[in-house]
Amino acid sequence: MNPNFLDFEQPIAELEAKIEELRYVGDDAEININEEIGDLQGKCKTLTESIFSKLEPWQISQLARHPLRPYTLDYIERIFTDFQELHGDRAYADDAAIVAGMARIDGKPVMVIGHQKGRDTKEKLKRNFGMPRPEGYRRALRLMKMAEKFRLPVLTFIDTPGAYPGVGAEERGQSEAIARNLFEMADLSVPVICTVIGEGGSGGALAIGVGDRVQMLQYSTYSVISPEGCASILWKSADKAPDAAEAMGITSERLKELGLIDRIIPEPLGGAHRDMDAIAASLKHALLETIEQLQAIPEERLLELRYERLCAIGNVNDVS
Amino acid sequence: MSWFEKLIPSRIRTEATQKGTVPEGVWTKCPSCSSVLYRAELERNMDVCPKCNHHMRIGARMRLNHFLDAEERLEIGQNLHPVDALKFRDSKKYKDRISIAQKKTGESDALIVIKGSVEGVPVVAAAFEFAFMGGSMGSVVGARFLKAVEMCIVENIPLVCFSASGGARMQEALFSLMQMAKTSAALNKLAKRGLPYISVLTDPTMGGVSASFAMLGDIHVAEPKALIGFAGPRVIEQTVRETLPEGFQRSEFLQEHGAIDLIVDRRDMRNRIASLLAIMTHRAAQ
Repeated sequence: MNPNFLDFEQPIAELEAKIEELRYVGDDAEININEEIGDLQGKCKTLTESIFSKLEPWQISQLARHPLRPYTLDYIERIFTDFQELHGDRAYADDAAIVAGMARIDGKPVMVIGHQKGRDTKEKLKRNFGMPRPEGYRRALRLMKMAEKFRLPVLTFIDTPGAYPGVGAEERGQSEAIARNLFEMADLSVPVICTVIGEGGSGGALAIGVGDRVQMLQYSTYSVISPEGCASILWKSADKAPDAAEAMGITSERLKELGLIDRIIPEPLGGAHRDMDAIAASLKHALLETIEQLQAIPEERLLELRYERLCAIGNVNDVS
Repeated sequence: MSWFEKLIPSRIRTEATQKGTVPEGVWTKCPSCSSVLYRAELERNMDVCPKCNHHMRIGARMRLNHFLDAEERLEIGQNLHPVDALKFRDSKKYKDRISIAQKKTGESDALIVIKGSVEGVPVVAAAFEFAFMGGSMGSVVGARFLKAVEMCIVENIPLVCFSASGGARMQEALFSLMQMAKTSAALNKLAKRGLPYISVLTDPTMGGVSASFAMLGDIHVAEPKALIGFAGPRVIEQTVRETLPEGFQRSEFLQEHGAIDLIVDRRDMRNRIASLLAIMTHRAAQ
């Protein structure tokens, strides 16, 4: 089994392995097998298209957590220039599960804030698997307030299993840190654009997710609790995660239908990790377009619209 | 005695218990000190154990009854009822869970909002009904909270909210998460008007409720020994794989770590909050 492919992608992995094998043989064989390789490549593309055209929510949640999926720093490297990371919450510590700093996008100054996961074991531990502690949220808030001061649009990138459930995090006020961000972001007087790039895990995601526009990459997810968590509480078994994923409607497509997000950014065939440059270019394009739209709105109106947008979310039956 | 029981030799026969001879609900056992308490007396004591001072969980109506002046009460947002927009179904349908909770509690959802006064200070008070699906926050809770804030702004009066909730309501999925943002945004408006907001955290205040309006008060009051936190203790234990410190996530622990202002006995709550509100709104001392 190829670890770079998910369970449901194994048929694709097998075909690709076959192509590789042929290429290897092709070097010293007399017969021309380029034609055969071309055939197989076509087949591989068709197969990928067919698998990806009918992905289940649970499969999409695996893609959203794919070990090769681009993380915030991968996008920063490809989309921005002059990025300077700014550290620390000025009170307790620097939290590596969040990266944040000033940068330029197409020359325009902005503030960038995102969750950051690690690639290898060492970095995963350093980044705490992308699960911030209160100091991470407080640093994010410090820099958002700075962005307000210097009139920089805020771009956030969401990719976290959730806020870290630990003893120290609770002692230092995880709840208050998240709540404070929601409170302040509702009224931050610069454009705020939030993009879910991988896993949008609950309050830990929302804590940098209140803005004028919320967009999602095609194969990212956003939910109130992880499918596993939901399944173990409501179905009393984590094995029911696929059912929970389906019931909660965690995919970009479903959330767009429900009116909870504004825009889906399509990913390359096979997912963002298959072509980081391509997905970064699409994201950059979407960000630039949105910044321009939002900067055209007067500040007071922008805040009104943001408030109205938040107040409109929910389904109630008025029986009066 | 049935014919079968008569056949059993007396030495191994189990005596019929006296169960059922005492009417239901006359006595209550304190979950903390196990004292058996006379229900009527316990109610007079606001469901605080007279022996050990344990604060038992109480319903939203009873809480607001204890808290507000008897006159001129007006309920807000009771016309807003839950709907199952996602057609959510786990082992039960969400629709059925709603009707079961409604029958059990007599309430239409988990938050009750009443405009009234406390010792003469006009106020909007909200309280959670924990027995309604664990006091979970869905769209109706968010919408009623918003109504409460709007009423405070219109009437230029303070807000008091008694939280008792397990967090977001999973059956409303991302809609419930977004209620955190909505309620927090509403409180920002309230703060801009310079109106006081007192958040009272009661047992338990967890998850999405704790990580939004419950932790955004000008003043955070807690009842003694209430469980308050973001992640549940079991989740934390599984994550860090060590036993949690004594009293972890209880009111006293939170006060020690700087998250709450005051711990107030339920029987003093009305009086203490009225006094705080009177100062915050520049009213003469009572």
